[in-house]
Amino acid sequence: MRYLAAKTAGEAAAALAAEPGLTRILAGGTDVLVQLKSGLVEPALIVDIKQIPGIAEIVAEDGGYRIGAAVPNAVLGEHAGVVAMWPGVVEGANLIGSTQVQGRCTMVGNLCNGSPAGDAVPGLIAANAVARIVGPNGQRDLPVADIPTGPGKTSLAKGEVITSVFLPARPARASDAYLRFIPRTEMDIAVASAAVSLELNADDTVKAARVVLGAVAPTVIVAEEAGRICVGSKLDEATLARMAAACEAVAKPIDDKRGTVAFRTKTAGTLAKRAALTAYTRAGGTK
Amino acid sequence: MKSIPVSTTINGDPYEFLCAPDETLLDVLRNRLGLTGAKEGCGTGDCGACSVTLNGRLVCSCLVLGAEAGGAEITTIEGMADGDELHPLQRHFIDGAALQCGVCTPGILVAAKALLDKNPDPTDEELRYWLAGNLCRCTGYDKIIRAVQAAAAEMRGA
Amino acid sequence: MAFDEYQKREFKQVGKRVRRPDGVDKVTGRAMYGADATAPGMLWARILRSPHAHARIRSIDTSAAMALKGVRAVLTGADLPDQEDVFIRDVQNNCMAKDKVLYDGHAVAAVAAVDIATAKAALKLIKVDYEILPHVTDVDKAMAPGAPVVLDGRSLESVPAGMSANVTEHAEFGHGDLGAGFAKADMVLERSYKTPTAHQGYIEPHAALASVTSDGKAELWCCTQGQFYVRTLCAAIMGMEASQLRVTASEIGGGFGGKTTVFIEPVALALARKAGRPVKLVMNRDEVFRATGPTVHSSMDVKIGMTKDGRITAAEAKLRYSGGAFPSGTHSFGAQAAFAAYDLAAVRSYSWNVLTNRPKEAAYRAPGAPQAIYAVEATIDELCQHFGLDPLDVRLKNAARKGTKSSYGPTFPDIGLVATLEAAKAHPHYSAPLEPGQGRGISCGFWFNFGGNSCVSLNINTDGTVGVTEGNPDIGGSRASISLMAAEELGIDYDRVRTIVADTSSLGYNDVTDGSRVTFAVGLATIKAARDAVRVMCERAAKIWGIDADAVEWKDGAAVPAGPNAGKFPPMTLAEIAAVSFETGGPIAGHHEVNVDGAGVSFGVHIVDIEVDKETGATKVLRYTVFQDAGKAVHPSYVEGQMQGGAVQGIGWALNEEYIYGEDGRLQNPTFLDYRVPVASDLPMIDTVILEIPNPGHPYGVRGVGETGIVPPLAAITNAVCRSAGVRMHELPMSPPRVLKALSA
Repeated sequence: MRYLAAKTAGEAAAALAAEPGLTRILAGGTDVLVQLKSGLVEPALIVDIKQIPGIAEIVAEDGGYRIGAAVPNAVLGEHAGVVAMWPGVVEGANLIGSTQVQGRCTMVGNLCNGSPAGDAVPGLIAANAVARIVGPNGQRDLPVADIPTGPGKTSLAKGEVITSVFLPARPARASDAYLRFIPRTEMDIAVASAAVSLELNADDTVKAARVVLGAVAPTVIVAEEAGRICVGSKLDEATLARMAAACEAVAKPIDDKRGTVAFRTKTAGTLAKRAALTAYTRAGGTK
Repeated sequence: MKSIPVSTTINGDPYEFLCAPDETLLDVLRNRLGLTGAKEGCGTGDCGACSVTLNGRLVCSCLVLGAEAGGAEITTIEGMADGDELHPLQRHFIDGAALQCGVCTPGILVAAKALLDKNPDPTDEELRYWLAGNLCRCTGYDKIIRAVQAAAAEMRGA
Repeated sequence: MAFDEYQKREFKQVGKRVRRPDGVDKVTGRAMYGADATAPGMLWARILRSPHAHARIRSIDTSAAMALKGVRAVLTGADLPDQEDVFIRDVQNNCMAKDKVLYDGHAVAAVAAVDIATAKAALKLIKVDYEILPHVTDVDKAMAPGAPVVLDGRSLESVPAGMSANVTEHAEFGHGDLGAGFAKADMVLERSYKTPTAHQGYIEPHAALASVTSDGKAELWCCTQGQFYVRTLCAAIMGMEASQLRVTASEIGGGFGGKTTVFIEPVALALARKAGRPVKLVMNRDEVFRATGPTVHSSMDVKIGMTKDGRITAAEAKLRYSGGAFPSGTHSFGAQAAFAAYDLAAVRSYSWNVLTNRPKEAAYRAPGAPQAIYAVEATIDELCQHFGLDPLDVRLKNAARKGTKSSYGPTFPDIGLVATLEAAKAHPHYSAPLEPGQGRGISCGFWFNFGGNSCVSLNINTDGTVGVTEGNPDIGGSRASISLMAAEELGIDYDRVRTIVADTSSLGYNDVTDGSRVTFAVGLATIKAARDAVRVMCERAAKIWGIDADAVEWKDGAAVPAGPNAGKFPPMTLAEIAAVSFETGGPIAGHHEVNVDGAGVSFGVHIVDIEVDKETGATKVLRYTVFQDAGKAVHPSYVEGQMQGGAVQGIGWALNEEYIYGEDGRLQNPTFLDYRVPVASDLPMIDTVILEIPNPGHPYGVRGVGETGIVPPLAAITNAVCRSAGVRMHELPMSPPRVLKALSA
C-alpha cells in the first residue's frame, strides 16, 4: 500500500485515476481505517486529501455555505452560521459515531461511503445540497441526491474526488430536522432515519416540504408523496398520519441484524412525523 | 510497503519515527514509541480506549494513520500529569473509585479532559453524551460521571 | 471450616474508602496490561480461524506460509499432543481444532513471524480443506431428534435415554410434593422463556507473551483471572511440569468470568517453543466475540402455583442451556439458583446442557443464575399482576430466611434476603410517584459465592511496614481490600501495607478470581496470615521481656502483657518489634494456606423505573436502585462499584445484548458496534444500598459481592416494561423491534 498526501485536488484525481489497483480516499478515515482493520479491503493506494488548500474550510457563498470535504463534523457543529441555517443537516452530521469520531469524520466521507444508513446524507438530500467534484477531466457539480447508487456504491467515476458540498441559501421561515432510530442513545448505525426540510407561508401553513428517508432502501430515498402531503397544512395529526403512511409506502427495507422490515418501515414514518414537527417549530411555525 | 518517515510532537516532546503506510497511530504509539497508555479495545473506533488528542481534537488513535501525524501536536494519557502532580481528573478518579479494572481509564481521562477544556461546567447529560464513545464495562459509569464532575468543580474553583 | 468464624468487632481500617494502591499506575497509563509487555527478540503471532460453523478438517497445507520470509513457526492441531484426559482434550481442542471445527471462529492454525503484517500475510497462505457439515446454533433445535450432532458420545449417564446426542448433562434439585402443591394454588402459571448468548464484553482483548527456552523452562505473561489455573491447563497441554512454567498475571482489563480459562495462552507457548523465540499473541475484538467464552444460550419453562394472597404453593423449572460446542456444567448452577430466594414446600428444577455450534461457554458473573432467575422472577411478577398484589410483599411472604431448607439442598444460616427486601420496600424509590406511561419493576437475585484454595504470605518489614503477597489478579480493587484486612488485623494504618499479586512460582496454588471469592477467601487467608505473624511478634516480645509467650497478647498494633500477672512492660509496637527482629530470631512473616469453606450467599433486590416509547419500542431506564447484602463491606466504594457494574451489565443483557447467528451459522455481530453494551448516555445514576448481614463463615463477616448484581436486572426490566407498555415479553433482549412487534400484536 502507498500513502499519498495530495497537495491539490488535481494531484489527488490524477493519482487515483492512474492507480490500476484498489484505491481509497482518506479524509477523516473513520470508515477507511475500519475497512483496513477488518482486512476486507487492501488498497494499493490511499490518497489523503486533508492537505489540499481550502478543503477543510467552510465558506459563505451565494447566501449559503460551501463546506469542504475534509471539514470534520465536530468543526461543522461549531459553525454558528451553518447551524442556524441548516440545523437538520448539522444534527445529522453530528450524530455520526462518538465524540472521537466527530473529531475526524466528514459529511462527504459519509456520502461517499454509499451506505443507505449514513446519518449525514438524508439531511443533505433534503437540503438539495450539491457536490463539487474534481476528476481527471476537470470539475463538475452534481446534486448529492444523485451520488449514492446502491449499498457501498456511488455514481463517481474512477479518479473523481468530491471537494465540497454546497448548502444553498434559505428563505426566512424555513428550517430542517433529522432524526434516526438506534437501539442505544449513541454509537449505533441508524436502523431507520428521516430528514425533513420545510418552508412555511406567512400563515404558518407549509409552503414546500422535502422528506428524505434513510436505511429503508438500497439508497437514501426521497419520499416525494410524503412531502406533497405536508404542503398547505399546519402539520395537523391527520396530515402527519397520512405523511407517515406515505413514508411507509415507499420504504423497502431489509431484515438484518439491526432491524426488521416491519420495524424499519413503521419507524421511518414515525421519525418523519417527529422530524417534520421539529422542522416546523424551528421554521417559526405555530399551530 | 515502503516505510514513511514522520516527525511529530507528543506531549510536548519531539518524536521521529518510521511507520508502514497502513500502520495506525495507536500501533505507532504502543509498538514503536513505548507509549502503551492508550489501549486497543476494538480497533474500530467503537470503544474509545485509544483516545488521544490530535491538534486539540479528541480522536481514536486507532482511526488515525501514523503517517497523518506528521507535523501534528498529539497528547496522550502519559502527558496528563504534571510530573508527580496528578491532574485533578486523575486524582478524583482514584479518590472516587471511578475505575475498577482500569483499562478504559486512560481513554476516559483523555476524553473527559478534552470536554472540560471546552466546557468547564457540563451537565451530567452533556458529559454522558460526550463520553458515549468510551465504553466502560466495570463501573456502570456512575462513579465516572461523579468523579469528572468533582474534578470539574475543583478546577472551576481553582 | 465451621460457621463459627465471625466475631463482632469495631473496625478501624475495614470499611474505609481508601485509595487503591494501583490507582496512580492506572490513571497515568503506566499499569502493564496483557498487551503492554514485550520481550527481546519477540515475534508476533496471529491465528487463522474457521469461517464455518461446523466442518471436518480434511487437511491443512501450511507449506506456503512456512516458506514466507519472516515466518518463524506455524502451528496446527496436529502439533499438539493427543490428550488422554477428556477435560484437557476439550480445552486444547477449543484452543486449536484438531479434526473438526465446531463454531465460527474456531482456531485452526497459528503463525509466529517477525511482525504482525508478515503473520497476517502468512495466514492467507494456509490452505485448509474443509468438509462442511450441517450445523445447529439454537438450543431447542439442537435438542430435537435428528439435529446435527456437534460431538458424539459425550452424554453422561445422568442424561435420560432417547435424547439427542447433543444433550451431555442433566441435573435435578428440589424437594416436596409438586402435585399436592399445585393443587393448593389459586392459579398455576406456566411460561416459557428464551435468553440469548451474551458476552462479558471486557474492554481488554486476551493477550499473551510466551517464552520457552531449549532447556524446557517457560515464562508466560497474560491477562487472566487465575495464573495458577492457566499454569495447570498450559502445563498439561504442553506436557510440562508445573515448576518449569512460570505464569505472571498482568493487570487485567476486565474479565467477569471470561478470563477464567485459556484460549490463546497454549498457542503462544507452543509457537514460542517451535520458534525458539518469545511470542506475543493478542486477540482482535472480533476474535474475542467469536472465539472466547460467552454465556450459555437458554430456553426455559417455569410453572408456579400461587394462592390469591401471594403464597407460592409449588414451583418447577425446566432449564435447557447450551454451553456451546463442548460440554458445560453451568446448567446445574441455574437449576440450583432458580428458586434459591424462596422458602418453598414443593420445588423442583431440572436442567440439561446441550451442545450447539457456538463457542464454548465460560463463566460470566453468576454463571447460569441470571437466566433461571429471570424466568422465575418474571413468572412471579405475572402472578402478582394477576392477583393485584404488591410484588415486594409477595417476595417477603415467600422469602428464604435463616433455617429455610433451600431449593438446592442446604439449610440457610443467617442470610440477608428479608432485610434486603425490607430495605427496598422502605426506600423512597419504591414509593416515588410515576408519570403516566412509566413502569416500575423489581426482581430478586442470588448468588452462592465461592471460597476455594487461597495462599497468603505476609512479611513484616524491619521499618514497620508490611508486604502482603497473594495470588489473585486484582480485577476491581482487591489489593486495597486485602491491605485493609491485613491492616485491621495487625492494628496498623492501611498506608503501612502494600499488597502484591504473585506469579505462580512465588506462592502456593490459588483458585481463579471467580465466584466473588477473593475478598472473602483471600481476605480470610490474609487475616489468618496476619494472625500467624502476630503470634510470632508476640513470641518476640515475650523473648525481649523474658516472659512466657502465652503471657503476651496483641492489642491496637502492639504486643502487650496479657493481664497484670504477666509483668509490667510498655506496649511494643509492630514497628518496634520489627526493628529488632534480626536480634530476636530473624525476619518475621506470617502465612496461611487453606481451601476456604463457609462462603456466604448473597441476595439482592433491584428496583427500576423505565419508560417505553410506544411508537418505536425503545426502552429508557429512568431510575435504578440496587439493594444487596454484602456482608461486611470492606471497601464500600468498590462494593458499590460491583453492584453498579453488575446492574448495568444486566441492563445491557435485558435490552440489547445478544449473539446474532445467520442461517450460515456465522456470528453476525462480532463488534462493539453491533454487540451493544450500554454506553454512558443510556443510563441514569445507579443508586446503591449496601446491607451488611455478617457471613458467619468469615472472621469479619465478609460475603462475596461481585456477581449477584447481574442477576436481577433481566426480570426487573422485563417486569417494568410490562407495567409501562402493557406487553409481557418472554424473550431477551427486549430490543426495540421485539417490543414494537409485541405492541403491534
